[in-house]
Amino acid sequence: MNDVFGIDGNTFARLQFAFTISFHIIFPAFTIGLSAFIATLEVVWLRTGREHYHLLARFWTKVFAVSFAMGVVSGIAMSYQFGTNWSRFSEVAGNVIGPPMGYEVLTAFFLEATFLGVMLFGWNRVPRWLHVTATIVVAVGTCISAFWILSANSWMHTPAGFEMRDGIAYPVDWSQIIFNPSFPYRFAHMLTAAYLTTALVVFAVGARYRVARRFEPEAKVMIRMGLGALLVLAPLQLLIGDLHGLNTAKHQPAKVAAMEAHWDGSKPGDLLLFAVPDMAKEKNHFEISIPRGASFIITHDADGLFPGLKDFAPENRPGVARVFYAFRLMVGIGLLVIAMALLGGWLWWRGRIFDSPWYLKLAGYCWPLGFIAIISGWIVTESGRQPWVVHGVLRTVDASSPVAAGAIATSLLLFVLVYGVVFSIGILFIRKMLGKGPVPVAAAPAADDALANRPLAVAKDAVRGEAPPP
Amino acid sequence: MSPELPPLEFTLPIIWALIIGTAVALYVVLDGFDLGVAILFPFFREERERDQMMNSVAPFWDGNETWLVLGGAGLWVAFPKAFAVIMPALYLPIIVMLLALVFRGVAFEFRWVAKPAHRPWDVAFAAGSTVAAFAQGLVLGGLLQGIAVKDGQFAGGTFDFLTPFSLLCAIGLVVGYALLGATWLMMKTDGPLEERVRRLGTPLLVALMACIVAVSVWTPLALPRVAMRWFSLPNFYVLSQVPLLTILLAWSCRRGIRRNKVHQPFLSAVALFVLAYVGLVISNVPYLVPPTITVWEAAAHPSSQLFLLIGTCLLLPMILGYTVFQYWVFRGKVRDGEGYH
Repeated sequence: MNDVFGIDGNTFARLQFAFTISFHIIFPAFTIGLSAFIATLEVVWLRTGREHYHLLARFWTKVFAVSFAMGVVSGIAMSYQFGTNWSRFSEVAGNVIGPPMGYEVLTAFFLEATFLGVMLFGWNRVPRWLHVTATIVVAVGTCISAFWILSANSWMHTPAGFEMRDGIAYPVDWSQIIFNPSFPYRFAHMLTAAYLTTALVVFAVGARYRVARRFEPEAKVMIRMGLGALLVLAPLQLLIGDLHGLNTAKHQPAKVAAMEAHWDGSKPGDLLLFAVPDMAKEKNHFEISIPRGASFIITHDADGLFPGLKDFAPENRPGVARVFYAFRLMVGIGLLVIAMALLGGWLWWRGRIFDSPWYLKLAGYCWPLGFIAIISGWIVTESGRQPWVVHGVLRTVDASSPVAAGAIATSLLLFVLVYGVVFSIGILFIRKMLGKGPVPVAAAPAADDALANRPLAVAKDAVRGEAPPP
Repeated sequence: MSPELPPLEFTLPIIWALIIGTAVALYVVLDGFDLGVAILFPFFREERERDQMMNSVAPFWDGNETWLVLGGAGLWVAFPKAFAVIMPALYLPIIVMLLALVFRGVAFEFRWVAKPAHRPWDVAFAAGSTVAAFAQGLVLGGLLQGIAVKDGQFAGGTFDFLTPFSLLCAIGLVVGYALLGATWLMMKTDGPLEERVRRLGTPLLVALMACIVAVSVWTPLALPRVAMRWFSLPNFYVLSQVPLLTILLAWSCRRGIRRNKVHQPFLSAVALFVLAYVGLVISNVPYLVPPTITVWEAAAHPSSQLFLLIGTCLLLPMILGYTVFQYWVFRGKVRDGEGYH
């Protein structure tokens, strides 16, 4: 294969995948959590009849609509990329990974076609209980979508239930394929991350309204529900993350070695707070560490041993720096969120949460934390799997399409341009909506509530009224 | 026609080929008319008319487009070897199509928000749709003319797809979508807009027929296997009905346009599309990647095909039912000033 500026097609294909998936994951992660939040609001509304829950549900449904649409738009391009850029992967792994992906598409397809229509456009058309049901189905449906796509992804990390014949993977046992060793942990970890991310956004928006003394009852509901979710989920995520790490240590030791930048497996690992890993010299510079801390975390024994990077041939090692730094960023954010939640919980318990503007101002800046942590986490797990695309089965360099580097570079450029435009406009959209806030909807003309599958159309009337962004 | 295969290995690929073929046909006809409405945008300069045109397809486009996702995903799951050849071979037109569809999709909604500064989104809507249709035509042409395959992998160049033949297919598809869009508007609008769209109908029909004739003459001349399929006996007796029926439908479409019929032009245009599609299928059966890879050669492991088939059989009828319901809810004419916005 030829190259462009000395960069080969495979690298361009990897860059393109990294770019598009990082862009894409923001939206499903947010909509998984948001649909569950809206469903909760609606259930409370149905049971108590309190109007501000209804108002909040309608408000967040509009935000949900834009996010869902952007998730779909970026997701369509993702699914075709498997063929355009990674045709060897599609062929080698298609028999095994194809059906879970197919189920993911069917679930999303089905959701979009039916229940989403009711959820977005059916407010005045169907009875309350049916609307609540539709929202719950959408919330469950996004989880089912996540189930399948994470099952397929996990199989790439811990392949199971298949056999190789003539270089092609064939299914042997579907339950082993779907419930492959890393899947339960990855599923729990990602789902919790999605809920945490949404809780942070809801909490931050509520805090900002409270500081500005706008939408008082709604702001209080958002702060209570957001903080409540954080108090439960943030510590839980630490536990799940730990279990996931143990699972990775068992199945993908090279990844864990890179996460900890641990070179020599014959000695216990130190917990590095900071370091500059050097792959050529097989050591770290400028280490600041807690002795034996890594061994304690990974083996739950300060003297425990776990494989170091030197235990793997150089061609089987992932790029250490990327994995190492992304892991620190993810865990750092996790700890920060736990601290924020505990502090907020204490203020709540003391009855001062709504009257601590310094804390609420701080909370107002917390909204991007979940997104950053999710992207970092995916960099850890995906970069940590390298040089394999399917661990131990197919190398990334052998998985790409026989396409000229120039074509992939061109399409990468186009993706960056188009996503840049669409992404900016979508963000602007959501900003405007959040700025306007949960104001009661005027009696809309009947046609406005038509039962159509057009997520963005719902968002549109939310943007009509002008208000400064929060 | 195929080597000796056990029953499951023989039938499953056929079932999947039918499902994917139906999804693609549904996509072409359904998204065809809404892309076509946008392709006709430059012919209508008044904002009010453009609003009306957009409103006529607004409730449908999103659902229509999802058939493309099902077609693409289905092809990968059921026929990974064909997917792995077709996608790299038609790399550029596929990428351009996807991005153009993104633009036209968001233009649908952003145009209303941007008003009165909606001009850029008019351009994005019309240009995005035209480019997407053109790129789809290139994909079709690139597939029909054959793909260079060696050892089961694409072995050609980046611009192999770009030939006079694929350009002809691209123009044909843009014209055809425009006809579908025009006949759709005949059905869904009234007043001056309808009158003007009826005047556009006949030239579009003539242009489409010219493209169909050109492709029908070109393919058997260029590809002996296609000539064999159509002109060998006894095939000829049966297959010669296809062009006859095509002429009949074109006549019916023209008659409907001139006599101000509401549904006849659109239904005839749809039937014309379906027939042209069937014609192309006849030329290429049983190849998925003409002229090298058949449906059986490209098929995934039967267990994989069966596994997804179960879910598809459960969900597909529901999706189809909902689609029909939705078209029923939004039946009838869209009047001036009436819409969602």
